[in-house]
Amino acid sequence: MARLIGGVGSSHVPAIGNAIERNLQSDPYWQPFFKGYEPVWNWMEEKKPDVAILVYNDHGLNFFLDAMPTFAIGAAAEYQNADEGWGLKPLDPFQGDPEFSWHLIDSLVHDEFDITMCQEMKVDHGFTVPMSLMWPRQQGRDRVKVIPLCVNVVQYPFPTARRCLKLGEAVGRAVASYEADLDVVILGTGGLSHQLDGQRAGHTNREFDTEFLDRLKDDPEWLLKYSNYELAEKVGPQGVEMIMWLIMRGALGNDIRELSRNYHIPISNTAAGVILFENEAV
Amino acid sequence: MTMRSLKGKRPIPGTIIFDGSQAIRGYQLNKMCYSFNKAENRDAFLKDEDGYCDKYGLNDDQRAAVKERDVLKLLGLGGNIYYLAKLTGIFGLNMQDIGAQQAGVSLEEFKAKLLAAGET
Repeated sequence: MARLIGGVGSSHVPAIGNAIERNLQSDPYWQPFFKGYEPVWNWMEEKKPDVAILVYNDHGLNFFLDAMPTFAIGAAAEYQNADEGWGLKPLDPFQGDPEFSWHLIDSLVHDEFDITMCQEMKVDHGFTVPMSLMWPRQQGRDRVKVIPLCVNVVQYPFPTARRCLKLGEAVGRAVASYEADLDVVILGTGGLSHQLDGQRAGHTNREFDTEFLDRLKDDPEWLLKYSNYELAEKVGPQGVEMIMWLIMRGALGNDIRELSRNYHIPISNTAAGVILFENEAV
Repeated sequence: MTMRSLKGKRPIPGTIIFDGSQAIRGYQLNKMCYSFNKAENRDAFLKDEDGYCDKYGLNDDQRAAVKERDVLKLLGLGGNIYYLAKLTGIFGLNMQDIGAQQAGVSLEEFKAKLLAAGET
């Protein structure tokens, strides 16, 4: 059976992709951010997961507003990155695991989650930046197969935080029921607090983000008391992306250990966070 | 046409929620911006901005705001920030440039405010 060995929460700001491309990891602006990933790099190197389920949102590369799925899962053998219009250099394609994708889709739909199934899916910076952050070298990215799980946090109404947590729990059940000898990690990406639009652009909220990170392991339900509108007020309309971390958290169950965490303001306009959980149940 | 889940909510200062009303208002504008994922469309826009806006059926207010590169106005006219970023990217403006523009401060002030938030 497949084993969900751990999960990572991580921001996915496009500027990070630029910094990696330009090798700025040791630059004073970037160093406090990238040093937070060292424990993740070491853990990935040690554990060598076979598959990564990557929870993210598309920002207008694959999905336009003509048809916006709430939850979409890729079921392709390969996922291409592409030009998003403002200069980030596309990365090499990522290898999928269609059989596992279809198992995940089948399991989730029979668990009452209505999934949009995608046999072709371009992945944007929301996907590629976390991949580069988890596996900085091409060799590492080539080793791991990916399953993109795309969430609508662009066009209101978004799925509720509760729905995301429950979807995560269902993903956990789906992984546990897959009859293949695979080590799987799940990445919940986006956030933390940031606001890109309006006169309040540049808004961040350290206090809220810190409480979110503090409670994520033992009390993820804490976030559920806020509607997405209330969250937008607290952490900015784009900060609401943190609900995608709940999918990661829900998948892991309650027998987990926090191995590392980092929080840094600012990366571009964003309060950036990273947290690593190991599943003690497998 | 306020959605039930948004009725009676107090407005968030300096913030527009991209809801159904905004999505309707900005559909053509966002569709044009979506086309800028392709380099040849960015080139076509630069060659003939008016013609390109015609092709996508932008209204007069949207066309004027595109001409002014005014992100706040474009947001009010239904633009979504991720799509608008593809438009402003054509002029070499990144998220921090347009953040400063919307906040009504210089880029240096905008960056300084973010750095200050990291020090508290």
